[in-house]
Amino acid sequence: MRFAVYSGCTVLGRARNYEMASRAVARAMGIEFIDIDRFECCGFPLKSVNHEAFMMTAAANIFAAEMCDVDICTLCSACTSSLTEVNKYMEENFNAKARMISTLRRQCVEYRMGRSIRVKHFVKILHEDIGIEHIRTLVKRDLAGLRFAAHYGCHYLRPAEIYANAEDPEHPFSLDELIRVTGAETIDYEQKLRCCGAGVLAISEELAYSIARPKLRELSAQKADAIVLMCPFCSVMFDDNQRKIEQKFDEEYNMPVLYYPQVLGLALGIDERSLGLRMNRVPTRDLLQRIPEGEGENGK
Amino acid sequence: MRDFVPQFKHEIAAEPGGENIKLCFACGICTASCPIREIDDRYNPRKIIRMIILGMKDRVLRSDFIWYCSTCYACTDRCPQGVKFTDVMTAVKNLAVKEGFIHPAFKQQIATLGKFGRLYDIDEFDNKKRTALGLPEVGKTKGLMRKILEITGLNRIVSGAGKAD
Repeated sequence: MRFAVYSGCTVLGRARNYEMASRAVARAMGIEFIDIDRFECCGFPLKSVNHEAFMMTAAANIFAAEMCDVDICTLCSACTSSLTEVNKYMEENFNAKARMISTLRRQCVEYRMGRSIRVKHFVKILHEDIGIEHIRTLVKRDLAGLRFAAHYGCHYLRPAEIYANAEDPEHPFSLDELIRVTGAETIDYEQKLRCCGAGVLAISEELAYSIARPKLRELSAQKADAIVLMCPFCSVMFDDNQRKIEQKFDEEYNMPVLYYPQVLGLALGIDERSLGLRMNRVPTRDLLQRIPEGEGENGK
Repeated sequence: MRDFVPQFKHEIAAEPGGENIKLCFACGICTASCPIREIDDRYNPRKIIRMIILGMKDRVLRSDFIWYCSTCYACTDRCPQGVKFTDVMTAVKNLAVKEGFIHPAFKQQIATLGKFGRLYDIDEFDNKKRTALGLPEVGKTKGLMRKILEITGLNRIVSGAGKAD
């Protein structure tokens, strides 16, 4: 299984731990990640400002993957929705695609027509292309005893109409299943579907913090061991900004925030350093000490 | 009422994303689903749709609150009429930019994108760190983003020349 790994801006700028864990888990799953030099921003930040610029930016990345004849594996949920939306639009409107190709060619961007490609989030690939049953056979360390809260975020699920095989955004299950296959428990909680707030972080920190707060409060009250997510935006909100949210509302959460590949990586027996677990902002030390040694040689 | 622009809703409907605005029958599920509205009453999707349909062009395009949408798509997925309010907001913001109104945060982001092709500058120092962590190096931008900003006129907004059109 080969994919062009699409990191996007936020993973490269702020989430090396996520990138490390994803690459380590992909390797363990037999997924080959190809790095395409031409990948740049997905276009998401431009959508609010100029739709044409958004489309062209997303399309340029898709064209780069088409030329390499390889599907895209995204790590960021916002990138996933941008690239999926534009990819779907181009599949349904070939004339618009041809126009964008010729516009980009006029800018000396090399393009050779290839087959249409798919765009898929890494976690979705783990759930659908690798599959829970196969992952179960690879688990070396049982994470039983840990209680995790799945945070799906928005763009992994929505808008549902752009995604092939979309989950019901009101009742998502893929991340819960992927967590449970490690032996850990998943928590059912009221604020599960709530947006993290990072979408407005650049516009108003106060507003963004207020949106993030109810989830942190509820999970802290429920004594969850960690929030598990798969979008660097959501992690910037819950992990990087958790201290600031605590200060603003004079509350204490102490809620570790893990990327799903970090959780799966632990269950696969991959060492903590390769999973970037020391780079998470809210300390993960106490949590990690509660995981039993694995049967595997990498059990550390 | 003198400031009302009756064709405003048609202008929104003509922008990508705004096509379905006239389907709204004002049930308010967008407002009930909105995480922003829950915190800040000034951002109220149903009210924004009403203002657009009434033709309150200036009030809508000039206001700060149009930049508050977190693009969570909860309204879009729950709307029984297929209005796609998140996309309507994209249309509103695109039109606002054309009329010369842009939130400074977006202006800043465009400038950064033009320079680095990304929202972050991955420089030599970052690449050294990446190498130490076993991650592949990230190359410099090929300049495509700057060209796209030129084609679409966005570069003029960043340079402070004002209106995009």
